[in-house]
Amino acid sequence: MTFLLGSGAGFSGDRTDAAIPVVAELIRRGQPAALLFETLGERTLAAAHRARHDDPGSGFEPLLDELLEPVLADCLDNGIAILGNFGAANPAGACERVRVLAEQAGRGDIRIGHVQGDDIRSRLSSIDLLHWETESGEMPGEEALISANVYLGAAPLVEALSQGAEVVVTGRVADPALFLAPLMHHFGWAWDDWDRLAAGTMAGHLGECGAQVSGGYFADPGLKDVPGLATVGYPIIEVEEDGSLVVTKPPGTGGCVTERTVKEQLLYEVHDPGSYLTPDVVVDLSDARVVEIGPDRVAVSGIRGRPAPERLKTTVCYAGGWQGEAEISYAGPNAFGRARLAAEVLRERLTFRAPPELRSRLDIIGHASVFDSDTGDLQQQTAGQENGDYRLRLAVEHPERRWVERATQELLALYCAGPAGGGGVRRQFQRRVCTASYLVKRSDVEAFATLYDATWNNERSHDHGAQ
Amino acid sequence: MVRSEDEVTVSLHRLAHARAGDKGERLNLALFAYDPRHYDILLAQVTEVRVKALFSHRGVSRVRRYPLPGLAGINLVLDDVLQGGVNGALNLDGHGKTLSFLLLGMEIALPGTQQRKRAADH
Repeated sequence: MTFLLGSGAGFSGDRTDAAIPVVAELIRRGQPAALLFETLGERTLAAAHRARHDDPGSGFEPLLDELLEPVLADCLDNGIAILGNFGAANPAGACERVRVLAEQAGRGDIRIGHVQGDDIRSRLSSIDLLHWETESGEMPGEEALISANVYLGAAPLVEALSQGAEVVVTGRVADPALFLAPLMHHFGWAWDDWDRLAAGTMAGHLGECGAQVSGGYFADPGLKDVPGLATVGYPIIEVEEDGSLVVTKPPGTGGCVTERTVKEQLLYEVHDPGSYLTPDVVVDLSDARVVEIGPDRVAVSGIRGRPAPERLKTTVCYAGGWQGEAEISYAGPNAFGRARLAAEVLRERLTFRAPPELRSRLDIIGHASVFDSDTGDLQQQTAGQENGDYRLRLAVEHPERRWVERATQELLALYCAGPAGGGGVRRQFQRRVCTASYLVKRSDVEAFATLYDATWNNERSHDHGAQ
Repeated sequence: MVRSEDEVTVSLHRLAHARAGDKGERLNLALFAYDPRHYDILLAQVTEVRVKALFSHRGVSRVRRYPLPGLAGINLVLDDVLQGGVNGALNLDGHGKTLSFLLLGMEIALPGTQQRKRAADH
């Protein structure tokens, strides 16, 4: 029997009403189904660890309430398992929040699976680490280290489902594992059935970014038109026991599922398509085929798998000083000349108002920015339109906050001391979190699941507070 | 590539669509021909050398190209092009998400109408 995988979110900050039509369609179809929330990127996990560092009660997905509240009761009532990596840097905190939400929905007896073992920070100095691919460099010192999390595979999530979990909360897991786990649980596939594991993993890969497979992040007016982008339907992946996949979306929603939308997502963040590494399987997409079989229905076939890699990827986050940005606008006659003069003034000021190791960059937004290099090659090579609407942007980085403040304050001072007609200054600074990736031995990772026990957690929190 | 007087130049954007993805300092650009008949043109002209030249100002150290004829697509993997990556770049777009459209600005030479007519006659 077909198993349905519905996507509820594709990143932290995604639309929080996206899951509603997906769940309505899963219920209407009445087939076994799960709803998956993928909300954890390299950037998000670093931010979550930072947040937990500042406030021990936080560190899980900040939008958890908004994501779950509209669909939690419907999923619980209809046997639709919810799996999410919304635990981020504090899965136990997210479990407690899910319990409270369920209680408010009249389901205080909810069974929540708590996946653990991804956080290896405390053991980092005692285990064998290899650099990830081309990365090199020294491991940051203990004082700079914020976190170390392994990309877990689907096994502990399947364990949680086997324990009867209705909601499974994880921290760092490989994104597709959220989707593969309910398939393993439902179909009982063997852990060395590599082609099926590869198909299930790619079902996850196609669904993990939400609307990116169903018309989101795709439209290019006149060439790639997408209807109803404001109400784009998040994907539902239909998976058969033999590993066949069809990508579709709820009827009545915007967006589109076409050969083109599916192809773009199939290779998203993939490097060698013949060897896509995940904790559960190495996927080979060399002979993958993508075929439209009906309106908003696309079949993906030809996915093969090979044995999983011996080591697991681990991302280490560490403090990397401060980063600051400031911007000012110039518009109308000779706007480009005034913006460029402002840039020259800032460059000169920074030579004697900031230390030489300050890393900085100046963009003229509207002329050259995101395509440009830090040294502004495109800005210098190309002539701007004299009149226009430009925004001069300064970005700086330094280990000490005071120099980042000082440098961005120099842009602010262009108000009175820079070229004519500058306006709309915005300025912000933040602590920078850097990441590095390593490979760890599977035997050094102990991943497991338990059913969340609020009493135990509260007691432990109490003990911790009393120390 | 044989240059002919009877040749027109178009932007890659008219022939193909693309999406960028990042991991650390590495960027992938997945490129697909709108019309599978143009796949060979992409293969001939969107070379590792040309892509490396297009991104040279960003400090790219290596470009690898993976042809996927079954998808009428090419996956391009660019190393060290993000100048710090999502957590370290000073660029507004630390992910490099916009860079699919830098690739799509590449110029592609197409056989002109005379050549196409001749080809059709044969």
